[in-house]
Amino acid sequence: MEMLSWGDAGWGDELVRAAFTTLLVALAAFGLGLVIGSGAAALRLSGFAPFRWLVEGYTTFIRGIPELLVLYLLFFGGNQAAMAVASVFGHTGYIELDAFTIGAIAIGIVSGAYSTEVIRGAILAVPRGEIEAAKACGMSSWLLFRRIMVPQVARFALPGLGNVWQLTLKDTALISITGLVEIMRQAQIASGSTQQPFTFYVCAAILYLLLTSLSNFGFGRAESWANRGVRRAA
Amino acid sequence: MKDSNMKKMLLAAIAAVTLAVGPLAVGQASADDWNKVRIATEGAYAPWNFTDSSGKLVGFELDLARDLCARMGAECEIVAQAWDGIIPALNAGKYDAIMAGMSITDKRKKVISFSNAYAATPARFVVLKNSDHADFTSKLESLNLEEIDGDEQAVLDQMAAAFKGETIGVQVATTHENFLREFMGDTVEIRTYDTQENLDLDLQAGRVGMALASMSYWKPLLETEKGKDFTAIGAGMTGGPFGGGVGVGIRQADAALVEKFNKAIAEATADGTVSKLAIQWFGFDASY
Amino acid sequence: MNFELMAEAFPQLIEGIPLTLQLVFLSLAIGFVLAVVIALARLAKDPVLPRLAYGFVYVFRGTPLLVQIFLIYYGLGQFEAVRESILWIVLKEPFWCAIIALALNTGAYTSEIIRGGIQSVPWGQIEAGKACGMSRVLLFRRIVFPVAIRQALPAYGNEIILMVKSTSLASTITILEVTGIAKKLISATWQPIEIFLVAGAIYLTMNFIVTRGIAMSERRLNPHLKDRPLPKRTALDRGVTAASAPAAAVPSKPAE
Repeated sequence: MEMLSWGDAGWGDELVRAAFTTLLVALAAFGLGLVIGSGAAALRLSGFAPFRWLVEGYTTFIRGIPELLVLYLLFFGGNQAAMAVASVFGHTGYIELDAFTIGAIAIGIVSGAYSTEVIRGAILAVPRGEIEAAKACGMSSWLLFRRIMVPQVARFALPGLGNVWQLTLKDTALISITGLVEIMRQAQIASGSTQQPFTFYVCAAILYLLLTSLSNFGFGRAESWANRGVRRAA
Repeated sequence: MKDSNMKKMLLAAIAAVTLAVGPLAVGQASADDWNKVRIATEGAYAPWNFTDSSGKLVGFELDLARDLCARMGAECEIVAQAWDGIIPALNAGKYDAIMAGMSITDKRKKVISFSNAYAATPARFVVLKNSDHADFTSKLESLNLEEIDGDEQAVLDQMAAAFKGETIGVQVATTHENFLREFMGDTVEIRTYDTQENLDLDLQAGRVGMALASMSYWKPLLETEKGKDFTAIGAGMTGGPFGGGVGVGIRQADAALVEKFNKAIAEATADGTVSKLAIQWFGFDASY
Repeated sequence: MNFELMAEAFPQLIEGIPLTLQLVFLSLAIGFVLAVVIALARLAKDPVLPRLAYGFVYVFRGTPLLVQIFLIYYGLGQFEAVRESILWIVLKEPFWCAIIALALNTGAYTSEIIRGGIQSVPWGQIEAGKACGMSRVLLFRRIVFPVAIRQALPAYGNEIILMVKSTSLASTITILEVTGIAKKLISATWQPIEIFLVAGAIYLTMNFIVTRGIAMSERRLNPHLKDRPLPKRTALDRGVTAASAPAAAVPSKPAE
């Protein structure tokens, strides 16, 4: 127990700090995934065939290969990629992406593939009649988007996005390979140093359980809030 | 020509998302005068470099880096980087130098430059004290694999025969792994680990029969509670696949920085600073 | 693009496929048996069993697989009692540690899929079975299980794909399956893109075969739907959201 104490003698404070890093990197990845997912879902439904193929290729590819491979690609090749893009814009210096950024982008790309499907499903779930009705009322497409689409898509997508968030949160454990000191890496460092791997991996598991339980609770609240105006059959 | 264009395009595609939405940490390498040097270390290879329970990077190379930086008149920033990506990240410009117990080898020299060596330590096998190999001895105390003579070959043959069928653990992409593949690849099962610490856990647990690593790593470990069940066996091995000492890894383009490090290392070796730090951290003089 | 390197990497990566497949099949087989037991425990009329089963599912779904693998591989090895017990014969091997972790993990997820399947069996069919005088076992074997499996198949297909991907984590405990070899090649050549593409293609091929296999068994298990056009859906289409997608895709009953 002494090993888990606060301060320089124990690993307690390091573990808690690592949990915050996990949370931050998961939020960054999930946020990136949402941006990618919304964009990709819109492209997918645009009716323009090449866009559809592009998005289908992206989601099929990313969901069909191990997350670890995506991470290795970005980890070993991310900086060159960033520099290649920068050179297109005439920037020729070194660009560095830190472990946090690389991890967030890699997991964000994975998360985005799943978000795309969820958001696409939610958009399709908005009843056509309501869209027609709005048009009949003379709503502009912006107003229709804001008043009819966004509130309903958000509500329909919420349970699915809750799943994606859980998945993203757990995937961040893989980022430990980049050296980012999140929960998993911290547990590895501590077990190596104390030769008590069981203790520290149990601690890691508990921290993850706490994070997933808290976010479950959060998403549950959000769902009931989003559904506050919906009458249920039962 | 076409190939490299395609590669560029693919790279660009991968990074498009990155640049469009990702939070970017853009860092420009410092100019030629090297007033600022960013040094990477692994932080998981005690006593060369490791992380203490307060989360601070400490070790022989941390102390040495500070000393060398003072001599170079440079402001140094030391960052932790996992071993796997330590060379690609150097070449990608994430930092300017590597001080992570990295041996100077021909294979690595194809990709990066090295300063002169600042330390050198032989590699040795370590087994559990209750292992069958615990009392293995070899005719030679130390074995230089640069040019192998009759006696040295005999020792190598003796090891190969004695360790036949054994499971040997080693850290991935190290000179020690190269040695095992080159000299014992056909007769032993080699298991590679991401970190030395995980290898130690498996040696302790008995999942691997033996482990091969640098004596600079083993010596302090064997004296602590953590290493009380371990014992080093056989000859200390240097040269050949083990390379010519441990040096600072630097991008090939940065010849000026290599020169600065060489000068500082020469001074620190001459006035005994390196020896002093080595004795403090390793328990023996590992200066080159 | 270095096609030469890709051609060189291909046969090396192929060598990892048998190990990947062994990990997939063994852990799926063990995991499925486990899942049936857990699902039945969750549906049991008993004050303790369902809670225990729920606890198991909760823990394994709420933590990353990587933590589970490390806990079983490095964690259990910490104890001398474990190392001296008969269990060590199995736990000593990285391969079996990976199988145990993967099987427990998929067992937890699959039990939820099976539970959903069982709960979807129309009550009328069970009543009909009872009315015919079927015993509980016969009822389960003839009515509940076949109907539940049919219901659960698409979600289970998705689980298989997740498992194919999950076996890549075995590489973190020294197992050289496809991802392990890929990582080795990347750190030896520093050419991540080429290796990534070849390894990625191997996984995609495996998952494509799984998808087709599931689609075929869906057709076989639903012969009564043969003449009707099947809704176009594949296991891949479902993504992670298998459990909640129907909820998301079908809007709640609109207010009247």
